[in-house]
This record gives sequence, structure tokens and C-alpha cells, in this order.
Amino acid sequence: MTASTETFRTVRSLAQEGYKYGFVTDIEADEAPPGLTEDTVRFISAKKEEPEWLLEWRLAAFRAWRTMTQPNWAKLHLTPIDYQDATYYSAPRQSAGPKSLDEVDPELLRTYEKLGIPLREREALAGVAVDAVFDSISVATTFKEELGKLGIIFCSMGEAVREHPDLVRRYLGTVVPQNDNFFAALNSAVFSDGSFAYVPPGVRCPMELSTYFRINAAKSGQFERTLLIADAGSYVSYLEGCTAPQRDENQLHAAVVELIAHEDAQIKYSTVQNWYPGDAEGRGGIYNFVTKRGACRGDRSKISWTQVETGSAITWKYPSCVLEGDHSVGEFYSVAITNNRQQADTGTKMIHIGKDTRSTIVAKGISAGRGQNTYRGLVRVQPRAQDARNHTQCDSLLIGERCGAHTVPYIEVRNPSARVEHEATTSKISDDQLFYCRQRGLSTEDAVSLIVNGFCKEVLKELPMEFAVEAQKLLAVSLEGSVG
Amino acid sequence: MTTAVPMLEISNLHARLADGREILRGIDLAVNSGEVHAIMGPNGSGKSTLAAVLAGRDGYEVTEGTVSYLGRDLLSMAADERAREGLFLAFQYPVEIPGVNNMYFLRAALNAQRRHRGEPELDAGQFLRAVRAKLKFLDIGEDLLHRAINVGFSGGEKKRNEIFQMAMLEPRLAILDETDSGLDIDALKVVARGVNQQRAPDRAIVIITHYQRLLGYVEPDRVHVLQGGRIVESGDKNLALELERRGYGAFGDAA
Repeated sequence: MTASTETFRTVRSLAQEGYKYGFVTDIEADEAPPGLTEDTVRFISAKKEEPEWLLEWRLAAFRAWRTMTQPNWAKLHLTPIDYQDATYYSAPRQSAGPKSLDEVDPELLRTYEKLGIPLREREALAGVAVDAVFDSISVATTFKEELGKLGIIFCSMGEAVREHPDLVRRYLGTVVPQNDNFFAALNSAVFSDGSFAYVPPGVRCPMELSTYFRINAAKSGQFERTLLIADAGSYVSYLEGCTAPQRDENQLHAAVVELIAHEDAQIKYSTVQNWYPGDAEGRGGIYNFVTKRGACRGDRSKISWTQVETGSAITWKYPSCVLEGDHSVGEFYSVAITNNRQQADTGTKMIHIGKDTRSTIVAKGISAGRGQNTYRGLVRVQPRAQDARNHTQCDSLLIGERCGAHTVPYIEVRNPSARVEHEATTSKISDDQLFYCRQRGLSTEDAVSLIVNGFCKEVLKELPMEFAVEAQKLLAVSLEGSVG
Repeated sequence: MTTAVPMLEISNLHARLADGREILRGIDLAVNSGEVHAIMGPNGSGKSTLAAVLAGRDGYEVTEGTVSYLGRDLLSMAADERAREGLFLAFQYPVEIPGVNNMYFLRAALNAQRRHRGEPELDAGQFLRAVRAKLKFLDIGEDLLHRAINVGFSGGEKKRNEIFQMAMLEPRLAILDETDSGLDIDALKVVARGVNQQRAPDRAIVIITHYQRLLGYVEPDRVHVLQGGRIVESGDKNLALELERRGYGAFGDAA
């Protein structure tokens, strides 16, 4: 069986056939009682048969979280979240979600049909190793054996805790500490699974590693934790895809991703986020509060984030690079779309600590409908960071009259040798542009997607090719009906 | 010279702007397949409004009259459908679209039209071969193709690009809205060469212009004078010369 076929079959069987491969069916036992107390944290840890040190680590996070309040500095309007009303652990089960496609809202099906998502897209992704996370649990990881021959570890976080406890203990929380922020603390207390990868020194990972996240169960939050370590001189490219079914209530997603790049190592991390955005009136949709941070620990290391954010009712997310090693490089390429009532407050932080460190930020925000799109980015040059350089390009595209775009750059420079550049533009798709395209025979929707793809080109070209194609289609679907 | 197939029949066309001002006040015009017509008129006579209404641009309201295109009711068709049915407008002010590659755009447009006609789409290689042949003829540099649509183009480059698009899309009916305005003599010749090359028995071309200049290089079958939203005089190519000599004022009184 070819690699891609295996990936495809494994993942498809999970999604389309309703988890039929022998998952636990004792429903009550696999869901934590609603609410969040120390007992909930103990329940999750016990359920996962974790060692004592990890339970203590979680409890420390929980205690920190209880002293914190939900941050309100972002430009987001959201209904208050009742953290005691959510369920913090839910394992997949046969009866979860719709039993057949007939029970799924046809509008959502049509969207997925156009996208080829959730899983038919995998047919095209030849040679991608996939870790699929449904609700709280990692359900399958493909290609483990082939990767194992090179010494690459790629598995669920739960498995990593059992099989590679020393690695996990050494790195977990070293980039995003338990008390880093409200949502990271929450995640640290209750995270249930996620992906773990370790690439040994000098190894170039021969395939894309991929995690596919899906929130399925109603009223459950998803709190996955991803930890990715590229040892000296190694290279890895990592893809992350997300979808969720359509529900009337908001669902909480508070993930943490930690990346560590040692000397001369490179990590490329790409995300296509398509969580359910809510309906046209703003009902339902995912609240996405994610802490993503990479540490360029070694000299000449490089971490590159690329994200295409089309989904979620709320996006609160700032994938960041801490440039500790001399000559290390951080990159952030982002497209964020808000349509209807979606709100995004997203950007990055580039923290220059080592000498001769470089960072590049290219952020493209697209607002349509009543969407509100905020770029928020920090560039900080520490006193020791001699000759640091940053270039930031921040562009906003408006479609229609009722949306908004906002740019909030923070620049803190404590070393006079730094060179920091910030460019920003705002433009609007004009009626003249649309008419010009239509006069040449393109439909309004094709015209919008042509203009939008042109606007996002610099970011899309950073994505692995198969992902770029998906992302283009996703942009078109996300903006459907936004004009005319 | 002309065949008697009616391509475009405009009768008693009235149109006004959103603010209520009536610009077209009863246009009658018939253009047959294979013909080149010139519509001449001073500023404010309704030339560009006529082009916009025929192409289906928003912001105009047709209050009276009919337009038949290849036997169909043109006014009931959406702007993009008109284009796919072979109606082409060369813009007086071609629009800039940053970030979108000129060639990518043209291929998307051509393939949208080919799909509509049930013809197979051109792949990048086939498209490039077709492009090269036309470029050479129109004296357009290949670098123009790789730039964003009309962004940073000089006035002459924009107009050449319009003619190049016309040549690639091979429309049934081409309307050139003041394509000759603001061109130096070399660019004017290029535009004229493009128009002459596009003359064909199954195609009609309507040239909207303020001056007689372009008509020195493109010989029209019919010339019309537009004045105050109506066609006040029609004739053969000599009418253009007479207009040049006597000025629009001589015809204005007739309206």
C-alpha cells in the first residue's frame, strides 16, 4: 500500500465511518463531569494514567489559573464564558455527533463538499504523516514506523508521556510556562491530548508531519497541546488543519503549541484553520484562544509560522518567535479572514534576544460582511540583540461597507543598532475592479476570489503546495456572498 | 462589404444616472456583423454612458427602449454574461488591480468564456503560445504580462493592454470607449493595427471617440454623431472629416 493511500484510509475510516474501530463505548466513564475543580484535573490525569510529576504540573497550572482573569485587551466582543459549564474531557464514541450525513445541516455539507474537507483532501496529500485529534483524544497517527527508522518520534502527547517521559518532562512548558496567560494556564491544567514530535540531530524529516484537529462533541472544549522539538541541524515541516461541526452554542478551543529549535535547526509550521465560524447572525462558532510560541534556542536556528485563518467566531492568536540564538530567524506569514460577524485579533510577537537576529512579518487581513479584523504585533529588541533586523508588512483589504480593519503594532527597541521597518496599507475591493473583471467574463465570486488570492499571494506561497490549493479554495468559500 | 446579419439593434434607448439626470434620450442604432462603426460626439454627449449601459455597468437606469444583441435582449443579461456572450468593452480608464498577475487574469477570463461556449479550457502552455503570437503583432513587451493588472502602466500601456485583451478574447462585438484619447502617434498606430486586425465578417466593432484622429488609420463603415443623448447625424467615413472641419456645433442645432 502506498504511503498516501494508507494515510487516506486511516483517516477516512475515522471521520466518515463514525469511529467504528473499537473505541471505548462506555460513554459515562469517558466524559469528565461538567465544571472545573482540582478533582476535574485529577480525573483527567488519572484517566490518562499519568505520572505524579505531570499531575503536580497540572495542579500548579490550575492554581495559577484560578488567580487569573480572562484577558480583555483584545479588540473582541464576546459573550462571557462560563468555565464551570463546559466539559473538560470527552473521548470519542460511536454515538457522538450526527449518525449519518442526513443529520448534518445541508449548508455545512455543501461547504465541505466544495472544500473536499474534512478528509477527502487527504487523498491529495501524498506522503503526509497525520495525527488526528477528535475532541480530546488523539485517535491515530500514521507512518510511525517509517519515521521511527530515522529516529523521529511522532505520536500523541498521551503516548509521548508514557513512552518518552524524559523528553516531555525536559521540554514541556519551557516555551509557554503554565502561568503564561489565562488560556495557557487553563490548557496546562486540563489538556487532554495533542501531538508530539521529536526530530533527532541532523535528520531532515522526509515528509510533512500533520495534525488534524476536530471538535465534535457538543458543549465540550478542546485543549490540545502540541510539543515539537527539532534537535541540532534537523528540519521539519508541520501542518495543522482544523474543522468543527456547526452548532448553535459557542465552543471553546484553547490550545498551546510549543516549538523548540536547537542549533541550525529549522521548523516550518503551517496552519489552515477552518473552525466553524458561526452563522450569518453570529450564532455559534468556535472561540479560538490559542497560545503558539517557538523558541529559537540555538544559533542559526529558524522558525517559520504560516497561518491561514478563515474560521472561528473569535480568533485570539499570536504565534510568536523567541530569537534566543545568535543569527536566528523568525518568520510569520498570515492571512486572516473575517466575514459575517467573525472577529479576529491576531498577529505575532518577535522577541530579539540573540545577536544578528532577523524577523519577517507579513500579515494580510481581509474583512467582509460585519467582520472585524485586528492585527496586533509586537517587535521587541532586547539590549543584547546587536544588529537585530525586522521587517513588518501589514495589509488590510476591505470588502463592503460594514466591516473593519485595525492595526496595532507595538515596537520596543532597547538596542540602538536595531533596524525595524513597519509598512501598512489598507485597500478596498472597488466596484470598478469588480466591473472590470466581470466585463471580461468572470462571475462576481470568481472576481473576488481572484483579487483576494492576489492580495494573499505572498503568504500562500509559503504554504506547502497541497495546502496552498486547499487554502485558496477556502478563501473563496469563506467570502462567498460577501459581495453583491 | 457588409453582411446583413444584425449584431446590435438599439431602439429608442433612454437611460439616466442614479441622481435622475437623463443622459441618453432616445438612441437608435443598428450595427451589422462585419461592420466598423464610429460614434463621435463632444464631451457630455452621452458617449461613455452608452458604452456603460451596453456593457451592463451599475449606476445607470434604462427607462425606455430596447437593445437586441444577436437576437437576445441584452438589457436582461448580467454584465459578466454579456461578456461571456462575446461583448467586449475596451475601457476609457482601465482599472488597476494590485497583486493580480495580468496574464493569470486574462487566462481566467478566457477560460471562463470558453467554458461558457462549451470549449475546452486552455492550459498554461497553450495559452502562452496564443499570447506570444498576439504580443508580437501588437508590439507589446512580454514583461507587461507578468505585472499586476494595469498597476504602474503608462497611459499608452493601459490602452495597448485593452487592445491585447480584445485580441485574445476575440469578441463578437467590441466597443472601444475613447481608446484613442491621450495616445501618442505610435500608440495610436498600435491601437489601429489591433482594430484592423480584428475586423472580421462575424465581428462588429464600435469605436467611440471624440476626435477624428484614429479614423485616419481605421476606416469606419458608418459614422454617427452623438449630441445631447441622441444620434443626430449618420453617414459614411466622410462625415468624420466634415465634423473635423465644421465642429460639433454645426450638428448641435439639428438636435
